[in-house]
Amino acid sequence: MRKGCSKFFLEDERQFERWNDSAIKSLKAEFKLFKDVVVLSLMHPWERDARLLKKALKKGPPHYNVIVETACTRSSDQLLGARKAYHSLFDRSIEEDLASHVKGSERKLLVALVSAYRYEGPKVKEDAAKSEAKALLNAIKNNNGDHKKKAMEEDEVIWILTTRSKPHLKVVYEQYKKISAKTITEDLEVELLLKETVECLCTPQTYFTRVFGTALREDAKEDAKKALTRLVATQEDVDLKGIAAKFEDKIKERVKGAYKDVLLGVLADDRK
Amino acid sequence: WGTNEGLIIDILGHRNAEQRNLIRKTYAETYGEDLLKALDKELSNDFERLLLLWALDPAERDALLANEATKRWTSSNQVLMEIACTRSANQLLHARQAYHARYKKSLEEDVAHHTTGDFRKLLLPLVSSYRYEGEEVNMTLAKTEAKLLHEKISDKAYSDDDVIRVLATRSKAQINATLNHYKNEYGNDINKDLKADPKDEFLALLRSTVKCLVYPEKYFEKVLRLAINRRGTDEGALTRVVCTRAEVDLKIIADEYQRRNSVPLTRAIVKDTHGDYEKLLLVLAGHVEN
Repeated sequence: MRKGCSKFFLEDERQFERWNDSAIKSLKAEFKLFKDVVVLSLMHPWERDARLLKKALKKGPPHYNVIVETACTRSSDQLLGARKAYHSLFDRSIEEDLASHVKGSERKLLVALVSAYRYEGPKVKEDAAKSEAKALLNAIKNNNGDHKKKAMEEDEVIWILTTRSKPHLKVVYEQYKKISAKTITEDLEVELLLKETVECLCTPQTYFTRVFGTALREDAKEDAKKALTRLVATQEDVDLKGIAAKFEDKIKERVKGAYKDVLLGVLADDRK
Repeated sequence: WGTNEGLIIDILGHRNAEQRNLIRKTYAETYGEDLLKALDKELSNDFERLLLLWALDPAERDALLANEATKRWTSSNQVLMEIACTRSANQLLHARQAYHARYKKSLEEDVAHHTTGDFRKLLLPLVSSYRYEGEEVNMTLAKTEAKLLHEKISDKAYSDDDVIRVLATRSKAQINATLNHYKNEYGNDINKDLKADPKDEFLALLRSTVKCLVYPEKYFEKVLRLAINRRGTDEGALTRVVCTRAEVDLKIIADEYQRRNSVPLTRAIVKDTHGDYEKLLLVLAGHVEN
């Protein structure tokens, strides 16, 4: 096998074929991604999500987007399952850990997001959606200039985004477009966590596409690749298939080995 | 209902939840109407209301009581808090599930929509909670949080994020330990320190929240006492408490009532009510003896 991988090996003056250091590193990284996706996929989803949440909390603010992603892309019962698993694994509730460890302005939003048990039926209140779109617009406009309080700290914003059903929020999203020049996510460029909240709840496909795109760039960082791994292991194939298809060429070009097979496997019809 | 109230009391009064469910199913098959429909009629008298509430599955009953509370003004906050804090984590969850099924929306969005200000700040996290239910307690944490609570209360910051966070997310065992430490360290029961302004309704709700979390029987005893003496604005309290606690801790509440009022609860009920309502209340309270 070594003869066939000449670019990994350098012959030095002692006529010893040693590994090229950077090649070792990249090989380990590729295997780790593969290992991660396997471990994540094999764990019970509740335990998996409980551990993802715990880890994100431990790692701190730059990783809070994982909390948002987990809380917003799971179904009500899946999120509830994660809360139960959290009790069993860590002898605490996720709410109490988040509430006591998150110090910044994102605390209220994050605690409320993980505590959500949304109605999942199709019934939507058009009138309420209209006035809530307006309320969101006001909160965002008022706080764009005022750097003391962010939109994500506004009680109104929090309860709309954390208690309303997803179908209802999609209508709110549409209503917002009618009264503002931009979409909610465009208006929320400065508040990344809130922007991701809205994306995951209202336009998850946009969010998934962005994760794929960022992870498959030439200069993609570790966290970006991990984000893709996480998505592939946690989201339903049916939600990712269309997106993965768009990126098929990039996957074949940039990703190697077993990990590539996993990513391409999302496209296959017979998986799970 | 005709003349069969006595029979109905005998049948429903002595059945457990599973049996009542069966009765309800049979009722629907026989009369082509759900018992719940009859509850929607505004004209229920005390007896009918008690009967119909009793016939409901506990989760549906809580969902109904909560929904009514979001539509009323007075004492409605208290009912919401009562349901959120005196039920187990899973019972509260089942109530929220029943709420989805019956009202096609979540309890949380209704609470968010119908409450305001500090009340919302407290009630929303309370109804959204899914507390850890283990008995483990962290004494260091108890000390830290007792100190935190004491500081906030001394500053009159009653609706502070941290006060709410402790009461709404910690396990009941942990809160109990924290409040015990509070008393040992600072001399007063926390509720005594929360009596700064007797007219402040938010403070009253906060005190009731504490009671519900650590000694619910004292909370329910007071609700019953006020209801029986007609001294509160909590309509239907007697029905609600007897009905919702009959299969839980009504015996303990009755003991507390006797201790506090030197009169057995059953005797107080007899004095204060009459007719079929009284009969059914006594059967349910007597459930306690079974």
